[in-house]
Amino acid sequence: MQEKIQGKAIPLPLDNVDTDQIIPAQYLRLLEKKGLGKYLFYRWRYDESGKPKKDFVLNDPKFKDGSVLVARKNFGIGSSRENAVWALTDYGIKAVLAESFGDIFYGNSIKNGLACIKLDKKIIDEIIEKSMNGNLFVTIDLANRKVIYEGKEVSFEIEEYARRRLISGQSEIDYTLSHYLDKIEEYEKNVKSFMKTNINETLKKLLEG
Amino acid sequence: MPYTITDKIWEAHEIAKEDEFSLLYIDRHLTHEVTSPVAFSDMKYKGYKVRRPDLSLAVMDHNVPTDSKENPTIDELSEKQMEALWNNSRTFNVPLLDFYSPYQGIIHVVGPELGFSLPGLTIAAGDSHTSTHGALGALAFGIGTSEVEHVFVTQTLWIKKPKQFRIKINGNMKKGVSAKDLALYIIGKIGTGGAIGHIIEYSGETVSEINVEGRMTLCNMSIEAGARSAIIEPDDKVFSYIKDAPLAPKGQDWEDAVKYWKNLKSDPNAKYDKELEIDAGSVKPMVTWGTNPSMVAPVDGYVPYPEEVKDESLRNEYERALKYMELKPGQKITDISVDYVFIGSCTNARLSDLIEAAKVLKGKKVNRSVRALVVPGSEWVKRKAERIGIHKIFIDAGFEWRHSGCSMCIAMNSDRLPPGKRSASTSNRNFENRQGPGGRTHLVSPAMAAAAAVFGHFVDLADVEIAEVM
Repeated sequence: MQEKIQGKAIPLPLDNVDTDQIIPAQYLRLLEKKGLGKYLFYRWRYDESGKPKKDFVLNDPKFKDGSVLVARKNFGIGSSRENAVWALTDYGIKAVLAESFGDIFYGNSIKNGLACIKLDKKIIDEIIEKSMNGNLFVTIDLANRKVIYEGKEVSFEIEEYARRRLISGQSEIDYTLSHYLDKIEEYEKNVKSFMKTNINETLKKLLEG
Repeated sequence: MPYTITDKIWEAHEIAKEDEFSLLYIDRHLTHEVTSPVAFSDMKYKGYKVRRPDLSLAVMDHNVPTDSKENPTIDELSEKQMEALWNNSRTFNVPLLDFYSPYQGIIHVVGPELGFSLPGLTIAAGDSHTSTHGALGALAFGIGTSEVEHVFVTQTLWIKKPKQFRIKINGNMKKGVSAKDLALYIIGKIGTGGAIGHIIEYSGETVSEINVEGRMTLCNMSIEAGARSAIIEPDDKVFSYIKDAPLAPKGQDWEDAVKYWKNLKSDPNAKYDKELEIDAGSVKPMVTWGTNPSMVAPVDGYVPYPEEVKDESLRNEYERALKYMELKPGQKITDISVDYVFIGSCTNARLSDLIEAAKVLKGKKVNRSVRALVVPGSEWVKRKAERIGIHKIFIDAGFEWRHSGCSMCIAMNSDRLPPGKRSASTSNRNFENRQGPGGRTHLVSPAMAAAAAVFGHFVDLADVEIAEVM
């Protein structure tokens, strides 16, 4: 259960931060989701020899303990890699505030309890500006759909389904199976003959022929 | 109420709804070695089974070596990931086309080519470019790994119904213009976030004229405009494309299927949340100059001046992109020289793509300063190309004729663009470091890539001889 998320804001004032930048493809070859935080923004964070780049925000000591990332338009566009979300959460990011998000990234974030909150450009501009000195703390109140900073409260819109998932953190698979198994079985009973497939037999024949 | 094709397929598959999200039944599920291991491990840990292995198909594509089947160049991590898919497929009874299968290829090439993907179906895959299958008139979604697991265990997906965006394309395409150029032109116009939250439905006379594989290119690239998916009404071209596919319905089932598919049309008065009309006649061959696909110019154009951009954050982005790409404002696109040419990927590696490139290459040689690779989208595409003899055109010109895989589009295997090198690539993303750390990517069509290979720099196809190859 998480109704409120609190943390220090980390400004990343860029549009179109794609998932290739969040985690490069070369680090997708691992077989588990733990430990990906060290590859977060790898090519922006480290030079070719693996040394931290001084000008990147995550290497700035002021933001070392930050956990609310603030970006601009289209954050998380590109590839479907859920590793992008895992890298963020493993690093310690609890929420991302942006003007808009890539659709698949947004869907992935809900499944992993990473709150992605859409805010107007004006608010994002203000939060980015205020966060630059490294001491802006932001609260995301999921229960009341509010972002709070410096005593100011800003409402945000979020799909009710997403909000409930973020708060409950319950396994979606168990939920689907316990509530809708009968509907799944019913659909399968009524599937039209031409929509069925017998893949194993066909592939076998194909390989023999 | 008038319905769109999306409404019709959605309604036929929506088995429940909670607030804004629907539970959709998924008719076909494609999976590959990179986005599946965590899903399979969690399933093992929790004791879940794959509900319908017969509706699933696993294919190795992302990090398979493309140099050789006998002595492949492979690193330990890639090998482990391929081995994991091999083991997981056995454990969960999921049909697999592995590295050695004669039908191995990129999932978005293999699905339609085998008839695994069909009109009217819902299709999901742990890969963003799943929208490709929409070219057949299917509702297809790219999903993350948690969703991959959800589909494996329940054969369903919780998803918010996307808004609908109709793009009508009319007019005749100029010489040398392809579906890829239309796609890049559209992304340039609406931006990388222009279709976020939407499914794009392409229609109009130009779309009807474009062959099914070109339509796949259009639907594939829609993701780069932020779209959740893309779809095109199926027609006779689609039916003949899939008729003989091994997994397509046969006999009476085929007759019933075609009857059903012919009704998958958007009603004349159907409403869309967004609409756009494109005149195909005004589109030229396109070349990206920046670090996302919306940073694009016609081949007879030039690299833009950031200072002319009013919006501050866009201006900053342009400056950042030009610095990364090492290009100067005002530089002519045709003055940009390339070191590598990559013809491949789920966007542009089907038989008709290879034919278009071969038409430009016939009787010519790859420039001495260029290394050129052609990576067919599947092993079957490769055999089809060899049967009609176009592989010889590539080989004689000096291209490397390789095995199928995602290859230099994502650079997870050893096919990488070296640091500082510049490519003309038929793939879908020109993001920083995408084709290899420090690499610089220019996205183009297969014919444009072939011409760049010959001349060593970009050239307008209007000035290039295009031969017959068959």
